[in-house]
Amino acid sequence: MTAIIRKELADYFTGIRVPVLFLLVLLASGAALFAVHQGIRGTASEGFVFLRLFTTAGNILPSLSSFMALFFVPLVGIALGFDAVNSERSGGTLSRILAQPVYRDSIINGKFIAGIFTLGIMVATILLLVAGYGLRMIGVPPNAEEVIRIFIYLALTIIYGAFWVSLSILFSVLFRRIAASLLVTVAIWLFFSFFMLMIAPAIANGLAPVVGNTQAEILRNAEMQQMILRFSPNTLFGEAATVLLHPVILETNMGLIGALASGQAAYMIDNPLNLGQSLLVIWPHLTSLVSLSVICFAISYVVFMRQEVRAT
Amino acid sequence: MQETLAIETKDLTKNYDGVTVVDHLNLSVRENEIFGLLGPNGAGKTTTILMLLGLTEPTDGSARVCGFNPTREPLKVKRQAGYLPEKLGFYDSLTPGENLRFIADLNNIRGTEADKLVDELLETLDLAKDKNLAVGKFSRGMKQRLGIADVLIKRPKLVFLDEPTSGLDPKGINRLLEIIAELPQKGTTVVLSSHQLYQVQKVCHSIGILSKGKMVIEGPLDKLGRDALGGGRYTIEVETARPSPQLVDIVKKIEGVIDAEVKDNLLRVSTSADLRAEISKAVVNNDIPLVQMKVQEFSLDDIYMKYFKES
Repeated sequence: MTAIIRKELADYFTGIRVPVLFLLVLLASGAALFAVHQGIRGTASEGFVFLRLFTTAGNILPSLSSFMALFFVPLVGIALGFDAVNSERSGGTLSRILAQPVYRDSIINGKFIAGIFTLGIMVATILLLVAGYGLRMIGVPPNAEEVIRIFIYLALTIIYGAFWVSLSILFSVLFRRIAASLLVTVAIWLFFSFFMLMIAPAIANGLAPVVGNTQAEILRNAEMQQMILRFSPNTLFGEAATVLLHPVILETNMGLIGALASGQAAYMIDNPLNLGQSLLVIWPHLTSLVSLSVICFAISYVVFMRQEVRAT
Repeated sequence: MQETLAIETKDLTKNYDGVTVVDHLNLSVRENEIFGLLGPNGAGKTTTILMLLGLTEPTDGSARVCGFNPTREPLKVKRQAGYLPEKLGFYDSLTPGENLRFIADLNNIRGTEADKLVDELLETLDLAKDKNLAVGKFSRGMKQRLGIADVLIKRPKLVFLDEPTSGLDPKGINRLLEIIAELPQKGTTVVLSSHQLYQVQKVCHSIGILSKGKMVIEGPLDKLGRDALGGGRYTIEVETARPSPQLVDIVKKIEGVIDAEVKDNLLRVSTSADLRAEISKAVVNNDIPLVQMKVQEFSLDDIYMKYFKES
């Protein structure tokens, strides 16, 4: 299997794909730093100042953490996996590899691990670039807890990326044509990233209508919306990332903010949640993300093992 | 002395969606021979090869390849057997050496040993001068030769070549056949699947003809030729200036002549050897003007056609 991982990595890094994606890495870090430059003075100074580097949004530019959740990680995951198996099949190399003394599963495992590894390098690069230049910019060094939180965030992002890589590998196993597998994965990304946000309120209004404008009704509606949104891995990751990087406004993630009048939000206790509690809060998100990637990977695995080799 | 068999199958059967592609196939290939697996398109040649490599599971029956059951122990078979698929593909952005080294890596051949082997193979297959070119720029013939190198890099005891000559020009075909013909001396058994009869005839020791998943005939080439053509290995056509019925009797007396028949000016003689000299001498000695003689070695086409007429 190491031979396959080696070859896949060599393929990625000598090909056009990874250099282009690294350009995206530079742009993302640059944009994030610019956003921080614009917005960080306006944020409250309590809590984890250094972590604000990752969550501060600028005037137009989104914050790094939301950019990662919506665009960067899904796109990189899809780019690394969408043609993993079907390009080998259409290129005629699959039957050649399968005729070698390797287990069939090590081919798909190798591709998956190489994808995750590449993605991990990119995410780590972004985080390090932003942390490094951010440190120069704001001059506030991170404390130990912040460093730990950044590392957990890195791990979380890689798990989230693993979901997208395994999803795109799944479709590359299911579809013989590369264009088809790419389109379907991109469609799923669009659905989770954008359509979900539009249809969740609609479904929530249908299931838990706000008739009397009572607190209980509004709360129920908001919770319902949050429930539906949590079917999307983007939301799961977004929530977990916010808890890790910006633990001060935890209530938002619990769906409470919708029930509060905006004026009331000012009265909330400003309490940075400690690390143990933060982990406790994101534990369900983490397990859901892991199980989603495992499900995708398991399906592609089973389908690939049973697929006939012959190309015709 | 019992001959060792590289491949032995027993009632090997494969159904795809209810259609029987390979039907109770019994096949045996001896070690260090070139075995030609013949048959029209869709006869089940590729499916048979895939089953013998453990790449697809037989519906029924069993096989032994290099002493292992390919369904149960595919890895052990694949360690010893190479496979050149009909639709051959390489990583186009890599050089031939890189492509070969990856396959070597998968076979646990690494480092200087792999480098040496790769250089050696590129040299034997006339690819040494193109070793810095990306495979994407290769011609069909070069790719096919690289395919042979790719199969040989694991130092196999057995190779399956599926339609290795398809799409090549005559020169490329000849070069490829030369390379294939040398393999048994190096201790490699070759199974060659093809429907190009002429090429198979040039290199194969034994053949098996498949039709609709069934083995129609199997055996050493010369024996099959004798069976198919009523004994004669050569057919000699003698054209004379005038018909002469007594010529048949004269010719039949020559040693080695198996049969002779006359039709107008033409005399067809089937013999076990090239007896043109003897026949022409006999004709001239009997005062019959000889116009021309043509010798025809039996061709696989004849065998092929004969058995397909029957089946």
